[in-house]
Amino acid sequence: MMGAQTISLTVQFVNLLAALLLLIVFAMLSQRRILSLINLFAWQGLVLSVSTFVVAYSTDQPHLYYSAWLTLLLKVIALPWLLHRLIRKLNVKWDVETLINIPTTMLVGIALVIFAFNLAAPISQLSEGITRGLIGIALASVLLSLLMMLTRRKAISQVVGFLSMENGLFFAATSSTHGMPLVVELGIALDVLVATFIFGIFFFQIRETFDNLDITHMEKLKDD
Amino acid sequence: MIDQELTALLLYPLLGGLLLALLGAKKWAAELNSLMSFCTFAASVLLAIGVVDSGPQVAFSEQFFIDQFNVFLVMLTTFVAFTTSLFSRPYMRIEQEHGKLSTPMLHLYYSMYQLFTFTMLVALTANNMGIIWVAMEAATLTTVLLVSLYRTPASLEAAWKYFILCGVGIALALFGTILLYFAAERVLGQGGDALLWTHLNQVKTELEPTVLKLAFVFLLVGYGTKIGLVPLHSWLPDAHAEGPTPISAVLSGLLLNVALCAVMRSKVLVDGSLGTHFAGNLMMGFGLLSVVVASLFLSRQKDLKRMFAYSSVEHMGLITFAFGMGGPVASFAALLHMTMHSLTKSAIFFAVGHAVQTAGTQQMANIRGILQISPTIGWGLLLGTFAILGMPPFGVFASEFLIISTAMHAYPWTTPFLLVALGIAFSAIFGKIQPIVFGETTAKRLPHSPALLPVFSHLLLVLIFGLYMPLYLANWYRQAAALLG
Amino acid sequence: MENLLPGILLQLFQSLLVVMAAPLLTGWVVMCRAWLQNRSAAGLFQPYRLLQKLFSKNAVIADNASVLFRVTPYILFGCMWLAAAIIPILAVDLPFSPAADVIALVGVFALARMFIALAAMDIGTAFGSLGARREMLVSFLAEPALIMVLFTASTISHSTQLPRIVDTLAHQHFALYPSLAFAALAFVMVLLAENARIPIDNPSTHLELTMIHEAMILEYSARHLALIEWASSLKLFAYISLGIALFIPHGIAGAGDWGALPLAMLALLLKMIVAGAGLALLETILAKMRIFRAPEYLGTAFLLAVLGLLIHFLLGT
Repeated sequence: MMGAQTISLTVQFVNLLAALLLLIVFAMLSQRRILSLINLFAWQGLVLSVSTFVVAYSTDQPHLYYSAWLTLLLKVIALPWLLHRLIRKLNVKWDVETLINIPTTMLVGIALVIFAFNLAAPISQLSEGITRGLIGIALASVLLSLLMMLTRRKAISQVVGFLSMENGLFFAATSSTHGMPLVVELGIALDVLVATFIFGIFFFQIRETFDNLDITHMEKLKDD
Repeated sequence: MIDQELTALLLYPLLGGLLLALLGAKKWAAELNSLMSFCTFAASVLLAIGVVDSGPQVAFSEQFFIDQFNVFLVMLTTFVAFTTSLFSRPYMRIEQEHGKLSTPMLHLYYSMYQLFTFTMLVALTANNMGIIWVAMEAATLTTVLLVSLYRTPASLEAAWKYFILCGVGIALALFGTILLYFAAERVLGQGGDALLWTHLNQVKTELEPTVLKLAFVFLLVGYGTKIGLVPLHSWLPDAHAEGPTPISAVLSGLLLNVALCAVMRSKVLVDGSLGTHFAGNLMMGFGLLSVVVASLFLSRQKDLKRMFAYSSVEHMGLITFAFGMGGPVASFAALLHMTMHSLTKSAIFFAVGHAVQTAGTQQMANIRGILQISPTIGWGLLLGTFAILGMPPFGVFASEFLIISTAMHAYPWTTPFLLVALGIAFSAIFGKIQPIVFGETTAKRLPHSPALLPVFSHLLLVLIFGLYMPLYLANWYRQAAALLG
Repeated sequence: MENLLPGILLQLFQSLLVVMAAPLLTGWVVMCRAWLQNRSAAGLFQPYRLLQKLFSKNAVIADNASVLFRVTPYILFGCMWLAAAIIPILAVDLPFSPAADVIALVGVFALARMFIALAAMDIGTAFGSLGARREMLVSFLAEPALIMVLFTASTISHSTQLPRIVDTLAHQHFALYPSLAFAALAFVMVLLAENARIPIDNPSTHLELTMIHEAMILEYSARHLALIEWASSLKLFAYISLGIALFIPHGIAGAGDWGALPLAMLALLLKMIVAGAGLALLETILAKMRIFRAPEYLGTAFLLAVLGLLIHFLLGT
């Protein structure tokens, strides 16, 4: 009885973290300031790594501790630090983005969440224990990050959207399957790191060519 | 047994990439690049002989898996990578002389070229579905800086689009992989083995169908972005048109194939689990849509490289469609078409690259009379166009004929779409290439002699396959087709 | 049947309690705000003094005011008193309990709002109609959010009856509800908007560009104004008790459990003190928004409420 109680408490805690994750993605979706966007991304990483720790603890899987530490190092410390450095160097720290119609974006976001939940419903039925329903939330945050990439006009926000999408995927992996094999996770982490570096290189190239990081300049290639 | 060949296969490009990165922009970088590519090709031939003789094998504690299907792609990849490296030596030299490229850019180009080959080979030979994903993403990362090599606004835009769209696509594929692992874990248990394709293949009938269905949708959409299937293709024409031509050639001829290979690996599992034609239908749908939409776009193109990029979308659609139909004949035809398309399209891009260099523009309206200034480039372009349009006696004719006749039997309603689309594509491309090749010229002579060996060797191979298929190869393709079901 | 009489007594007691204590809460909030802003407070009983002053004055009514204008303060006061009286704050089984349906509650609030908006336009002054229009804009966005919050709470207990909801949440074993956390956040946002608080409105300003609630009642004086002020206090009290009932009902007396009443009183007092202080803190740290940002703010509240509901369905705890 005691054991059942503790497990259910951890389940509840992970659920709470999942809800928090979704909330953070929504906050990112409506955030105008680039600096706050990066901070939100760091928070998202923190929630992710805490939830990984909880899952690791409750299911007693040592390799999940590694990925939790990896998340903490990479997504809470390294990547936000890198992005902070980038926006300082590019001098866009106080940039504010004009977003079109936040309420509409939010409504589209809610529709996406419903879509994701529906899509994941049959899978949620299959899984038992800690994972129930979490895959839907993970899918929802992936789709919401996708929406963010679509609605943003600044290169940096698009990249944050990309990274946040990766966070959603990572959450799907830890919550629904207790983490991918370690070698795969290491590979993914490496890819993300390299991608961020390349994004950084791009920022400089884009600014050199277009004078700012607005990608509205980059809509010339079209089929007329 | 095949450990040595495999090690050689993966080590040469990795070593080449590191050497070229460390040694800097030496004069002989292009030669070293070709040498490494040749060694890789040689290793792939040895590997292929081993596998075709003794069947599918795993290596390095099951982390790599080679069967007749992927070894064929490995060989195709290394061959085209080798010929492209031969082509890029004079091509890049001319670009440099035209002042389009600086030495550091060239340095980046050569090292990334080898690393790109390496990632593609890992993606092809890996047994772990997760590693396949990682390698596919790495292949994007290595090419994205190459697309923006010229640093023009247009090339930056193309590279950014390529990066973002493929990033998104590949992320969806990762979700599909996670779902696959989710299903596998329930059968195979936790740990690294649950993502090994060979293990999954053994238990594919026990995998949960609902999960696999969803997983395949994500995998197809994700890797489909890389294949350039409509409606996820919009990065492809931009990247092909704005990147350097050798990169257009390897993207079109190789990377798209590699992505398709990943899709096929998933399809085998999904088919086993579902026992229905769900995955095939989905692929046929995407494939048919790509063929039709791409052929409609072809006639509206003004940029030479962009037009052939759309032609790649069309042909990848056709191959996806054929794989979707399934069955020994259709799969055979798809494999054959894959080979023909890779060889022909890269040959065309070689010829197009030089044609653009002589004319100094990619706008088709301003390129005229290539035959007058350089008969070899002109003939290469013309013959390549004939080949890609499926004119007999080139090999593309044989494979397209096989695909369409199979479709006629199995799915008669698709035939009119395919025929009309191919007809439109024919008139569009031929109508635009004809004045480019013939007519009065304004072009200038090239400062170096163009690379003609790659163009004509590819076309010769395509011609041979069109006239005569060696029994050894036919058997090989048949075995590979049997593996794909 | 033998429970009926004490039940009626308790109901009467609660009704009297809320109507008498509501200004006290307002006074407490004002006092906390004063403290937080480093001013000396006017005292806890300042709202009573204000009411007394207003009641002892002669009412002045515009010449073109219709009957609607005169009756609105009474309707407003009645609605708010009813709302505050039926929300279970002390015990869960009161004779009026069946009336304490969350949807009916939203309806009561809407009724009051409609009358005050009509009365504001009745006089025909520019400020009146401006305030009414703004009020309608805010409430039209706040109401769906409120309903979503209430739905989230009612899906957990499978009932829209407030006493049932309170009973389920208060007397079952402890559980973390992510959905309720979302709903609570949305509820606080709606509470601020509906009670004319910062960041949507400022209760202590008569700046023409920004005021909403004050613009509507600009033409009222004396007893009418007193009733409206009292109704505002009651509304705030009702909202806070609704929040307490939905999200922290722990400590409320169970059905027929008379012995727990003193403890429930104490718990309520504590919660009210904390809630009032929290409200004052929020009002101090937040800045007033431009009115055009209000849709965004309330849209966020709605979003949070809907997310809460969705998460409830998905996680199903």
